Amino acid sequence: MSTDFTWLIGGPQGSGVESGANIFSKVCAQMGYQVFGKREFYSNIKGEHSYFTVRISDQNIHSNVNDVNLMVSFDAETIFRHFDEISSDGGIIYDSELEKTDTDRVRTLDGPFKERLHKLLESKNKPFTIAGVLEVAEEKGVKLYPVSFKSLLETLSEEVDNPRLRGLVRMYNVLGVSLSLGLIKMPSNSLVDSIDDIFSKKPKVAEINKQAASFSYNYASDNFKNFHYNLIGTEKQPDTILVQGHFGCSLGKMVSGCRFQSYYPITPASDESVYLESNEILEIENDRPGSTIVVQTEDEISAIGMMIGAALTGTRSSTSTSGPGFALMTEALGWAGINEVPVVITLYQRSGPSTGLPTRHGQDDLLFTVFAGCGDFPKIVYASGDIEESFYDTGNCFNYADKYQIPVIHMMDKFLSSSVVTCQKFNPKKISIDRGKLLDKVEGEYKRFAFTDDGISPRSKLGMDNGVFWNTGDESDEYGHITEDPQVRIKMMDKRMSRLDLALESIPTDQQAVSFEVHDFTIISWGSTKGPILDAQSMLKKEGIDIGFVQIKLLHPFPTEYVKSLLKDAKVLIDIEANHSGQLGKIFKQNITRDIDYHILKYTGRGMTSTEIYDSLKRIVQNKAEKREILSHGA
Amino acid sequence: MALKLADYKTDVHNDWCPGCGDFGIVNALQMALAEMGIERDKATIFSGIGCSGKTSHFINTYGVHTLHGRVLTFAQGGKLANPDMTVVAVGGDGDGLGIGAGHFVAAGRRNIDMTYIIFDNGVYGLTKGQASPTLKLGEQTKSLPSPNTNSNVNPIGLAVASGFTFVARGYSYDVRHLKDLIVKAVKHKGLSFLDVLQPCPTYNDVNTRDWYAGVDLAEESMERHSRIYKLEDTKFDPTVNYAGEVEVNEKLSQALVKSLEWGDKIPTGVFYQNELVSPFSTRLTDKIPNYLENPPAKQIISDTGSPNTDISKILDSLNV
Repeated sequence: MSTDFTWLIGGPQGSGVESGANIFSKVCAQMGYQVFGKREFYSNIKGEHSYFTVRISDQNIHSNVNDVNLMVSFDAETIFRHFDEISSDGGIIYDSELEKTDTDRVRTLDGPFKERLHKLLESKNKPFTIAGVLEVAEEKGVKLYPVSFKSLLETLSEEVDNPRLRGLVRMYNVLGVSLSLGLIKMPSNSLVDSIDDIFSKKPKVAEINKQAASFSYNYASDNFKNFHYNLIGTEKQPDTILVQGHFGCSLGKMVSGCRFQSYYPITPASDESVYLESNEILEIENDRPGSTIVVQTEDEISAIGMMIGAALTGTRSSTSTSGPGFALMTEALGWAGINEVPVVITLYQRSGPSTGLPTRHGQDDLLFTVFAGCGDFPKIVYASGDIEESFYDTGNCFNYADKYQIPVIHMMDKFLSSSVVTCQKFNPKKISIDRGKLLDKVEGEYKRFAFTDDGISPRSKLGMDNGVFWNTGDESDEYGHITEDPQVRIKMMDKRMSRLDLALESIPTDQQAVSFEVHDFTIISWGSTKGPILDAQSMLKKEGIDIGFVQIKLLHPFPTEYVKSLLKDAKVLIDIEANHSGQLGKIFKQNITRDIDYHILKYTGRGMTSTEIYDSLKRIVQNKAEKREILSHGA
Repeated sequence: MALKLADYKTDVHNDWCPGCGDFGIVNALQMALAEMGIERDKATIFSGIGCSGKTSHFINTYGVHTLHGRVLTFAQGGKLANPDMTVVAVGGDGDGLGIGAGHFVAAGRRNIDMTYIIFDNGVYGLTKGQASPTLKLGEQTKSLPSPNTNSNVNPIGLAVASGFTFVARGYSYDVRHLKDLIVKAVKHKGLSFLDVLQPCPTYNDVNTRDWYAGVDLAEESMERHSRIYKLEDTKFDPTVNYAGEVEVNEKLSQALVKSLEWGDKIPTGVFYQNELVSPFSTRLTDKIPNYLENPPAKQIISDTGSPNTDISKILDSLNV
């Protein structure tokens, strides 16, 4: 019997939900499990509800599922919002002090949610209290594990003779994690190690936390009984790492030789830049240290301007942003296009339009990105499906930028950026560095935009001996000086645009799109839906239902011929995306004159679970589905 | 072989209006480059949009003609990645103090070692003479349907308040003086700002060459009444010599007060200079010791196509 277990921890923002989840994830990973964790949070610093679901398994997993098997909460809101997600064989560890709390006491419960909850409780004749919702859960079969967090700390403080521990509310997260691990019988040694790791810079804090952890772990194993799930560990997969969402691109940038990154703070992109700056000094094989200059700018316009300025010196340069920031960058994106500047923009999408759902997931920016900027100019739009992929894709994106002298937009999203997952250790040697026609030296007369057979001119860089050139956002001649000559205009436009065909011809097809089998029913999708789709696909396979899946990575220029050839045996096409209008479907139809039969869409701002994709796919196969299946799971 | 003035000129046709103040600025800039003997391939002129934006095409060094209002962003990125090159950014007053005002202020905070020259003529020339940020309230230049309803920005005052560490004003028809100011600005260790008063003969019929020369003040007298005078001819001392707060505040306030002088007497020359403020490169070397010896543009990132960056320590720390 394989293990598949989902744990949820929730609490007000700022109460340590994330560090609690990190400890839990680390312990599970160290015990050999595969981990897929995901954080949800409000656009808020302190007080609003945030939660983390961590799914663990002894099989490969790529997504969350709907059911939660164990929830631990030290506040009322978490229970109100999530009690109905607990599976009938699952459990809830909660602070018994909260039982009498009613919904009106929780100021952060918004009106529409309260209305829905009250309706449900009314129909079941329950009071609008924690006790009320817990009764509903219990009637379904959920096991309740009440414990007073306050008295837990009081007893501990007496036992270790440390009065400071009383009322240390900040440690509720560690108590919650340890109670959970004690309940599921996860061996406790890795818990202590993980706490040491996470508080490595604060040994005193680590000490107190370790005491609290052992104490509550033992409390749970002694007092909590009859839980369905025991997770005693499994065989560790070799070369496994536990990574956060932005590690793929950050580490990919370091390895690819990105040495300049400018950015303006925006969720969910900033983590990447902060991580790059935290690791700004780089170890270089057989050489002195290198470094990444990370500049926090005054706005996104400055971020892209600085990046382009740096790229003109021959430095591999990048910026990271989200939709609203990218909107500000579009004028300069065109400048990079007409001046043939290789740059990489990492675009962590979130839910729009405008500020939209600023801390929530969305894939709403595909059409905008493909068409971003005024005028006709070439660009590459590329999307990664998971964190591990994003590491290698970052390397490819820099190579595309250099080879085709073109701006590249590497699309990521909030689903990826706030995930914590186990994956195969990144292998830097699998990344290659191809700088295209970047010159080492210039001899004789130099023309930056010289006409060539393949449309790509040898590239000098600012400050290089004898390589003087000019740039302008106006149309220019081969030197880079302004021209409005109609014949030169034709040649220059053709020269620039021709690299789209060149890219399609020369980018290996396995980097353009990936086929995970093609069957009568076949999914097309892009980006972070890959994980939940793969899991839903294998759930259906176990029931004897074969569904195909083609992941499209190169979104512009669109690999029409290759995708067409992959899909030639597919009879029913299903487009899955986290946006309202089925944006990939529109691009697909524009390029491949073929209709999409079904859309599975989600635009609640919450990532898709494999469960809901599975449900929709099943309806499609049974011919019971809507043409637009709209998903809505998740608080 | 020593470079001559002619070496800094391109043969690109210059399409500025006859009598345009811009000619004086581009000449002064070329003279300054020649005087300092800066190799053509070791300097980059970044420019904004508008008539002044074309400057980079007339100078035979690296030239980057950027976007409206964004010239400082491109220039700072270039300088940070390759600190060995001399960077001069140029643009109009609408470019730098209107659409680009945010970048102007932010650049002051960084104090990157480069020079920014504003071509200050009070109008948006290339779009046919609308009021620009330095035109005074109530003034009506030729193509304005009614007098200007906005107050003006004070470029010198804004530069001083934003943290520029060299702040000066030149006049485009005094090319030698302007050349000297450019040399000082480029040699200054930190971010320099030069506000250059530059008549637009086509659209600004208020602040004309004659007006600056004080022809209206002279009336029947034969004396020279030029509005423009040089601070160095007065007892004005713009330089901060000690890092003490009292002296710095005194020199900052003096510059601000001086910048308000306008009308019959218009000061040019250096308003403020402080080399005791750390340039951005020092702030970087404080945390990245070999930044200047091994800046981004000079770093070797691969060994025959294979990455040479060693992230194994980071990866090991992620092991489970």
